[in-house]
Amino acid sequence: MAIFVNENTKVLYQGLTGSQGKFYGLRNRDYGTQVVAGVNPKKAGTDVDGIPVYASVAEAKEATGATVSCVFIPAPGVQSAVLEAAEAGMELVVVITEGVPAQDEAYFFNKVRRDFPGTRILGPNCPGIISPGKANIGITAGEIAKPGGPVGIVSRSGTLTYQALYELKLQDIGVTTCVGIGGDPVPGTSFIDCLDAFEADPETKAVMLIGEIGGSAEEEAAAFIKEKMTKPVSAYIAGVTAPPGKKMGHAGAIVSGGKGTAAAKMEALRDAGVKVGNNPTEAGELMVEIVRGLGL
Amino acid sequence: MDLLEYQGKQFFAQYGIPVSQGEAVTTVDDAVAAADRIGYPVVVKAQVHVGGRGKAGGVKLASNTEEAREHASNILGLDIKGHVVKTIWIEAASDIAEEYYASFTLDRAAKKHLGMLSAEGGVEIEAVAESNPDAIAKIWIDPVDGLTEEAARAWVAEAKLNPAANDGAVDILLKLYRAYTEGDADLCEINPLILKPTGEVHALDAKVTLDGNAQFRHEGWDVYDATQIRDEREQAAHDKGLQYVGLDGSVGVIANGAGLAMSTVDIVNQVGGSPANFLDIGGGANAEVMAGALEVINNDPNVKSIFINIFGGITKGDEVANGIVTALGRVTIDAPIVIRIDGTNAEQGRAILAEHASDKLQSKPTMIEAAKTAVELAK
Repeated sequence: MAIFVNENTKVLYQGLTGSQGKFYGLRNRDYGTQVVAGVNPKKAGTDVDGIPVYASVAEAKEATGATVSCVFIPAPGVQSAVLEAAEAGMELVVVITEGVPAQDEAYFFNKVRRDFPGTRILGPNCPGIISPGKANIGITAGEIAKPGGPVGIVSRSGTLTYQALYELKLQDIGVTTCVGIGGDPVPGTSFIDCLDAFEADPETKAVMLIGEIGGSAEEEAAAFIKEKMTKPVSAYIAGVTAPPGKKMGHAGAIVSGGKGTAAAKMEALRDAGVKVGNNPTEAGELMVEIVRGLGL
Repeated sequence: MDLLEYQGKQFFAQYGIPVSQGEAVTTVDDAVAAADRIGYPVVVKAQVHVGGRGKAGGVKLASNTEEAREHASNILGLDIKGHVVKTIWIEAASDIAEEYYASFTLDRAAKKHLGMLSAEGGVEIEAVAESNPDAIAKIWIDPVDGLTEEAARAWVAEAKLNPAANDGAVDILLKLYRAYTEGDADLCEINPLILKPTGEVHALDAKVTLDGNAQFRHEGWDVYDATQIRDEREQAAHDKGLQYVGLDGSVGVIANGAGLAMSTVDIVNQVGGSPANFLDIGGGANAEVMAGALEVINNDPNVKSIFINIFGGITKGDEVANGIVTALGRVTIDAPIVIRIDGTNAEQGRAILAEHASDKLQSKPTMIEAAKTAVELAK
C-alpha cells in the first residue's frame, strides 16, 4: 500500500505544454505513472508525445478518468488552476509552482477546504509525491527511491526530501510513499495529514519527518505523534545554525524572537519520542536502526 | 520586503487610511523647507528598517524653523543599531488623546488571517502579549469571507477602546484589511493608532511588509525594492535573483533548495568549519544562474573554499556542471571548489566535471565527505 497515490492513479498535468511541465510530465510517465492528459485551452486537440491535451480539467477528467492533477502553471495562474481542478472534482491537486503569493494560497486553501472537501491540495512550492515503483508525480528523480517500504517520508523541504530517499536507498531500505509538503506559508497538506495517513497505512511501519526552522508545523506534528502515533518516527530539522531574523529562501524558513528555532522543534520532537538526527545522514542512520529494530 | 514608515503611510493612504501629512527628504535644507510648508509643530522622524529609533534620538518634535534645522541635521547620518539614517520624514504633529495597536498578518497554524487590536498601544505589542494577553482582542478571518463590517464592529467592541474611537476604528480596520489583502502584504501594523482629542482616529505609524512573490501584479514596487538594506554581497546576489544571506565564515556555500542550503550550512558547522554564506540557487537553476552564484561567492574576500551541494530535481545535474564549467571560463575563481552532485542527470553532471577535474575542482560522493574536504581546504 501507499498513501494518496499508487499504480492505479491517473494523473493530468495543468501546464503539460510548458517546458517544465513537459520535461517532468514525460519523466513521470517514463517512471510508470499513468500520465493520461494535459490541459491547455489554447492547445486542446493536440498532444504532447502522445499524451492528449484538453481544453479544461473537466473535459480531461471526462475523457480519461483522471483523479489527480499536477500543476506546473506559472505563479500568477496557480489560483485559478487549483480552483478549476477542485471544481472538476480532482481528489488531489499537486502544485509544484514556486513563488505563489501568500494571499492567493490563503484564499484557495480555505475556498477548497470549504467548498470542495473531497479535494486535497499538496503544495504549492513542493517537489510532489512519489510512491516508489508505483507513481511519481512531480519533480523527484524516481531512481533515487527504493520501492516497497517499510518507511514513509514527509518533508517540508524539496531537496532534503530527495536526500532522505537517497540515504534510505543507500541502506537498501524501501519507501511506501514520500510526500513533499513544501515550505510555503499555507501548505495544502500538513505534516499531520501525512502522519495520520501513514499511521493508517498497514505497509508503512516507520516514518521519517524532515522539517525546517520557522513556523510551528513541527511542534504541531510532535504533539500529534505524542498523542496519536504508534509507529516509530525519526526526524531532521534544517537550520540548526541559522542566524535569527534572517529569511533563508523559503517563506517558512525564518527564525524570529526565539520562536520556530531548530532547537525548540528538535526538543518538541524528542519529547514526543522521535529520534532526531543532527544532519540528514544521521536521521537516515537513526531510521536504519529503527527499521532493523523492527526486524525488517 | 519591508517598507520604511513613510512608504507605509503612502501605501496606507492609497486605501484611504488617515495618515499625517508629510514629506520625505534627504537633506537638511529640504527638511526645513518641508517643515515650513507643512506648518509647525512638526515631527522629524528617522526612516530606518529597525525598531527603537525614538530611544536612539531618531524622532524629535520641532516647533519652529530653527528646531527643525537642528533636529534634521542631528538625525540625518545618525547611526541607529547599525542603520545610518539617509532619509527623514517630516510630518505635521498630532494631538494624542489615546494610543492603540492594530495589525493584520497570516496565522500559519490556523491558515487564516489574524487581526489584533489592543487599547494598549504605543508600546511593544510583544510586551503586552507577555504581560497582559487579555488586552489584545484577536479575530481570525477566513480569506474567502473577508472582514465584514459586523465582525469588525464586534471585534472593536471586544478591544474596549474609548467608545468615541469605535466608529473611526471600524472604518480604519476595514481599510487596513483591504490594504493587507489587496495590497499583498505579509504584515500591516499601526502602532500607535491614535484617538485625537477631536475624536478622529488616525494612523500615527506604519509598519508594512510586502510579499515579494506578488510583485508581478503591483506596479511601482521597484521603488520599495531600491530602499531595502542589504550588504554588498547580498545586493550583488539580489541583482542576480539569488537567495543569499551573508554569514561571517570562510566556506562559501552554494546549494539548490532552501532546505538543502540550510542543511549545508549546518553540516559545515558540524564538521568544524564556518560557512561564509547561505546561497540557494533555487529550482530551475541553469548554467547562467550557477555562474552568477559563483561570481557572488568569488567576490567575498573571506571565502577560502567553496562547497557546491546539488541534489537534482528541477535543477538538473548536467546543467549545474555546465554552469560551473561556464563560470570557470568566465571568471577566475580563487578558492578551490568541492562539489557533490546527485539526483536527476547526476551521472552526466559528474562526467562533465570529471573532464575538468584539478586541484581547484574536485567532486565527493557524500555531503559529509564534501563538507569535510571543503572545511579542510579553508584552513
